[in-house]
Amino acid sequence: MSKANIYAIENPVTHQPGWIGSRVQEGSENTASPYATVGNIAVPNPRMSARSVNVFYDEKQAINNVSLDIGLNEVISMIGPSGCGKSTFLRCLNRMNDTIDICRVEGEITLQDENIYSKSMDAVLLRARVGMVFQKPNPFPKSIYDNIAYGPKIHGLARSRSELNEIVETSLAKAGLWDEVKDRLTKPGTGLSGGQQQRLCIARAIAVSPEVILMDEPCSALDPIATARVEELIDELRQNYTIAIVTHSMQQAARVSQRTAYFHLGNLVEVGETNDIFTNPKHPLTEAYITGRFG
Amino acid sequence: MTEIADSTRIVKESLNKRYASERRFRRLGLMAIFFGVSFVLILFADIFSKGYTAFLQTQIELEIFYDPAIIDPGHTNDPQVIGKADFAKLYKAALKERFPDATSRSARRDLYNLVSNGVAYSLRDTVLDNPGLIGTRLTLWLVADDEIDMLIKGHIHRDAPESDRRVSNQSIAFIEQLEASDSVRKSFSWTFLTAGDSREPEQAGIGGAVMGSLFTLLVTLSLAFPIGVAAAIYLEEFAAKNQFTDLIEVNINNLAAVPSIVFGLLGLAVFLNFFGMPRSAPLVGGLVLTLMTLPTIIIASRASLKSVPLSIREAALGVGASKVQTVFHHVLPQAMPGMMTGTIIGMAQALGESAPLLMIGMVAFIVDIPTSPLDPSTVLPVQIFLWADSPERAFLERTSAAIMVLLGFLVAMNALAVILRKRFEKRW
Repeated sequence: MSKANIYAIENPVTHQPGWIGSRVQEGSENTASPYATVGNIAVPNPRMSARSVNVFYDEKQAINNVSLDIGLNEVISMIGPSGCGKSTFLRCLNRMNDTIDICRVEGEITLQDENIYSKSMDAVLLRARVGMVFQKPNPFPKSIYDNIAYGPKIHGLARSRSELNEIVETSLAKAGLWDEVKDRLTKPGTGLSGGQQQRLCIARAIAVSPEVILMDEPCSALDPIATARVEELIDELRQNYTIAIVTHSMQQAARVSQRTAYFHLGNLVEVGETNDIFTNPKHPLTEAYITGRFG
Repeated sequence: MTEIADSTRIVKESLNKRYASERRFRRLGLMAIFFGVSFVLILFADIFSKGYTAFLQTQIELEIFYDPAIIDPGHTNDPQVIGKADFAKLYKAALKERFPDATSRSARRDLYNLVSNGVAYSLRDTVLDNPGLIGTRLTLWLVADDEIDMLIKGHIHRDAPESDRRVSNQSIAFIEQLEASDSVRKSFSWTFLTAGDSREPEQAGIGGAVMGSLFTLLVTLSLAFPIGVAAAIYLEEFAAKNQFTDLIEVNINNLAAVPSIVFGLLGLAVFLNFFGMPRSAPLVGGLVLTLMTLPTIIIASRASLKSVPLSIREAALGVGASKVQTVFHHVLPQAMPGMMTGTIIGMAQALGESAPLLMIGMVAFIVDIPTSPLDPSTVLPVQIFLWADSPERAFLERTSAAIMVLLGFLVAMNALAVILRKRFEKRW
């Protein structure tokens, strides 16, 4: 396996310049033959479950026959080299890929036994139930208060001003941000530090009471102290939410998650208890990655 | 070791060349700016030096007797009767009184021509407003004729031979007598700013053209902005990306490059001949300029929608906003400053446009100031065109002054665009 092939499929989503259309690097013709995933993909009583998911950007296959369960109140981390399809898979879980014209998803993904790609499932409702935190903190250029209140407002979750205030306060409190911002709720959210902005985005996701929170490399733009704060927060949120997190940092995966899934070139290579994956990887590719031989 | 020393030497040697090309480029840029600025300065200096005198108007002081025998011989106090009286006789009598020596026909003619014949109308209007004036004497500053105005402003030289100037020796003699008794002055001319067009330069003003431009731009703005922004939002955010939308995009870009006279002809054929809309009306002018401005606004709006970062859209979609909510709550507010800038630049373009308006009859000679978009009127650039075409010397300065007013509006609009952009631009 050459180095070029490992980086074959550039993550087509996170860095694309426009609204629609995406960029896929040359030289990734070898959309690898399907692997049989090592480890147990299923958990009892899953919150979400994906079965035989294939994702294509035009003709290019980005995800190859991936099946994975996401358990109730667990943190599952997805690791793998750049372009392995982990972000693409994550974005399938709340149909964020719908916004990309050339993206096509096959297979079945269910949320509480409802197929999220069926006609009866509304993407807007789905995204209210499956929230998302992005790689780069992206608060709205509005006040801190409005950032949190926006979701509940458009969904009509608050019947009165005081209810809305309460949602804002509890969301900020859950994100550990309330004490830092309670005196400046009317100040713009973009004026906060990077770590605070990311926690603001987490609070914004919490405010609509989702069942699942997807996090796409939430700490990659943060310094170690802010990262530690967010990781702590993820651990606290696990009590009430199911969290799927994509990360480039294996230490982070080891610290915050109970289960870990290793992706490689669009394939789900191995999945298992985080401890097992890091101490006793079964697949040679997994072992090579976590011991730092590539990636 | 030698290799490193070598490459350092090579880099050093190339430095001079690189810096030289940088200096060359800077000099070229500086020269380009210098040329641009100096041409603008020459243009402005020329227009201002020619035009500023149009804001002043020569006036002559005379004692007017509101003679009941002329105004209302039957003492009827009926406005109909008063309105029909020959008010020119009032100032003529006052002039005769002032210069009793002028008895020959030619001297009388020159004497009466000192004062603008528009004075008769203003005297009539003051009497109709206040009939109590009849029978009284008042010392008034009356508007001088445009030739006298030119003489006082120095555009007609007194020492030129009589055959070479349009003011006779006799008239100059009268003026010099008036000047000796301080009965001639130049004062700020409100007429120029408020009056409509006239064949007599001293009675002509840009008020009608300004109102016409205002109504035209109002129609243009209220049509072009909403249609342009809606089209841009639909094309950029909602339309499927296929060959058909590509074709539309290419055609919008082509439309922006179509000569404006073509839009004028289109307006003539469609709005006037087919729909039978009123000729010379700002409504039709506005419609034609809307066609012309739409591509500009659509292109600017699309560019500014495109520049809204993807992360904002994803953030909104991520909390469950629908497509429309994402666009209207988050994308549009971010894109608004750019859209407004594009719109104002389009409007400034429309304000300066004359060719398409000639086609739909806004070039007519219209004295009345329009009071609605349906009244016949002209616009500032067409007024400039009309005056520039007039032979009277006094229209020359009025042409320059009208250009000053037009430039003033353009500068104000562009400044507004800059202010809006600075004011509403948000950083993320």
